[in-house]
Amino acid sequence: MCLAIPAKIVEFPDGDKTIAVAEVSGVRRRVNVDLLRAGGIEIGDWVLLHVGFAMSKISEEQAVEQMEILTMLDEMTPAMEEVRGYEFAEP
Amino acid sequence: MTIELERPKMRFRDTQIEMAHGAGGKASRRLVEGLIAPHFANPVLAEFADAARLPYGDGSLATTADGFVVKPLQFPGGSIGDLAVNGTLNDLAVSGAKPLALMATFILEAGLDVAVLERELAAMANAAQRIGVPIVGGDTKVVEHGMADGMYVSTFGVGSIDPRVRLDPASVRPGDRVLLSGPIGDHGITILLARGELDLEADLQSDTRCVWPFVSAAIERCAAGIRWMRDPTRGGVATALNELVRGQSYGVALSEDAIPVHDAVRGACELLGLDVLHIANEGQFLAVVSEDVADDALAAIRAVPGGEGAVCIGEIREKPPGQVVGVSGYGGMRAIDMLVGDPLPRIC
Amino acid sequence: MKYVDEYRDPKLIGAVAAEIARIADPARTYRIMEVCGGHTHAIYRYGLADVLPKNIEFVHGPGCPVCVLPTGRVDDGLAIAEHPNVILACFGDMMRVPGTKGTPLEHKARGADIRMVYSPLDALRLAKENPSRHVCFFAIGFETTAPSTALTLLKAKTENVRNFSVFCNHVVVIPPMRAIVDAPEMQIDAFIGPGHVSTVIGTKPYEFIASEYHKPVVVSGFEPLDLMESVLMVLRQLAAGEAKVENQYRRIVADDGNAAALSAMEQTMQLRPHFEWRGLGSIPLSALSIRPEFSAWDAEVQFEVPGVRVADPSAARCGDVLKGVLSPPQCALFGKECTPERPVGALMVSSEGACAAHYRYVHAGQAVEA
Repeated sequence: MCLAIPAKIVEFPDGDKTIAVAEVSGVRRRVNVDLLRAGGIEIGDWVLLHVGFAMSKISEEQAVEQMEILTMLDEMTPAMEEVRGYEFAEP
Repeated sequence: MTIELERPKMRFRDTQIEMAHGAGGKASRRLVEGLIAPHFANPVLAEFADAARLPYGDGSLATTADGFVVKPLQFPGGSIGDLAVNGTLNDLAVSGAKPLALMATFILEAGLDVAVLERELAAMANAAQRIGVPIVGGDTKVVEHGMADGMYVSTFGVGSIDPRVRLDPASVRPGDRVLLSGPIGDHGITILLARGELDLEADLQSDTRCVWPFVSAAIERCAAGIRWMRDPTRGGVATALNELVRGQSYGVALSEDAIPVHDAVRGACELLGLDVLHIANEGQFLAVVSEDVADDALAAIRAVPGGEGAVCIGEIREKPPGQVVGVSGYGGMRAIDMLVGDPLPRIC
Repeated sequence: MKYVDEYRDPKLIGAVAAEIARIADPARTYRIMEVCGGHTHAIYRYGLADVLPKNIEFVHGPGCPVCVLPTGRVDDGLAIAEHPNVILACFGDMMRVPGTKGTPLEHKARGADIRMVYSPLDALRLAKENPSRHVCFFAIGFETTAPSTALTLLKAKTENVRNFSVFCNHVVVIPPMRAIVDAPEMQIDAFIGPGHVSTVIGTKPYEFIASEYHKPVVVSGFEPLDLMESVLMVLRQLAAGEAKVENQYRRIVADDGNAAALSAMEQTMQLRPHFEWRGLGSIPLSALSIRPEFSAWDAEVQFEVPGVRVADPSAARCGDVLKGVLSPPQCALFGKECTPERPVGALMVSSEGACAAHYRYVHAGQAVEA
């Protein structure tokens, strides 16, 4: 129900850390970071953007941990070819 | 000999014209096929091609008409004048026709700064000269202040169809390859950002350019293998390919990972919830070619400066017929539909 | 794109798919409800049905705020737009939602000043830039979006912007989830919880589903790898006979949610005693209205709205599809009278409605869900 996208904080244009400039793949927008001030917000942080507001700070640590678990699954699982390369089932 | 246009499959029941009718997707199609075409019924029109094909002497002429109502008039990478010339030339090019001449009609808003008009005239002259095509005439009208968004341009183009090329959707076969000349989405996203309502900034520009040099190179190399071409303007690649397969016994399978998109276009689409396959392009073309000439065609296009980005993005398949599907790297498939109305950003 | 591409990695998706195939019990069917419309959209958009065993079915939940908005409320918003002085600002999602006399786009074509905005803050800025006009923001969305409206209301008050109001249609996710899990005809084995709503409310509110109804809940991200991992986590719980709330979207969702967001909502909004959900009927304490302290910015106080209840055509089976009793193609209107271009029912209106997603993305080669 909610389109939200990861973006990097690249600037605090007004110096007061209410508004930040966030960037997604080279596209920049001013966003409101009021919801994240309590936890502290810095240039270089990655946040989740929704309707012009930063909703959450992305935890690199959690992301890495999750990736490590999934990568281990990949290394352990045999015969991945069975589930790849789908064609249509004949109707 | 009178030939009646076959009864249109689309019926136009709308009581008023909406913006969607101009977006290039389903509503536009219903307007053209369900309302306009039945009034003008004739066999040339019935082909619904980018350009009309008129037998003339030993060969055929291609003629096309186009209208340009872009707002803002000027944007990163070009302006309405560029679009008007390039867009018209491109309609001729993808019909396999060497452009011969253009004409232009200007609808000008009273109060328009003459410097703006002059800038557009210069842009048009420039774009036409680049391809060596004269602008041989046209008309000018002025409407009251508040109409025409500054200026509207409508164009007419004529070209001579290369006899070596036979473009026909009925000649497309499973196994044929779908080629794309370069990255998509640049024009539509540039315009969206240039309107300023969304407050997004990006280093992006319209891809407006004439594709005749690339098409011509492909024709020189492998004319006999080219089945169909189209420039994916309003409605994007998705709409153009859906128009190809509609009613046919074959479909298109696109490899989603192969579709070239500039990073910033991708970022804007993800941010706004838009599908880049529905976004307008003004400097690209699609070609369906037989499998045996696909590599040659790509090499020919890539050898022309500006054509380096040409790639194969998919193939024609027997199933499902009449549909365009996207295949992801992990084998997930989705149908790719025609555009319905204007692509609108979403938050959900 | 960072934090996006990694979660579309074909190798990892394939690995999770293989593991799911390995542990799925071929003798049973798994019915998993994804609550959030964004998840419905992603499942169809990424063709996940093609990489999952056929005995895993998704039941599409009611988490599409556009879909569940009653036609009468759309009419109310458009009635506000008919005032000559008003600029109605809404999200792109709303522009093609049909009211009784047409969509916002159609009203705009007939002269109403209706403008699309990306953020409620843009609507507030429009008000400041047009002091002689009144800007009304048509607010929709679940708890993901409500804090943004709340912060905008707080800003309007602090900055004393008097020509601005909000037509508040925010809804909350737990009451319909409870209604669904409570319904006797429900045959759902587990839930995939709404990832972005959870950034605000956290994961604790879903505990009752596990503790009272013994169904697993996995709060999921929106990329294909997220959804696949969440399905795997569901299957593992079911295989172990467990029922607990798990957070797959840990990189973004904190189990405690976002206190600042909840506080902003608390300051500006309150629960309506009940609210009608299109296709589901009236649900108590399921929607938000604006607190009296902010009534100067409450469009329902500042404007008279018709407030008429408009029933859906009886042939439209939206309610049954929303409850997961019917799949989209099983409604007689699907793809015929009811298409994304001309939607009859709620679920065809928004691109993340179950019917619209099915219509757009399911290709002829895919098996139709039973």
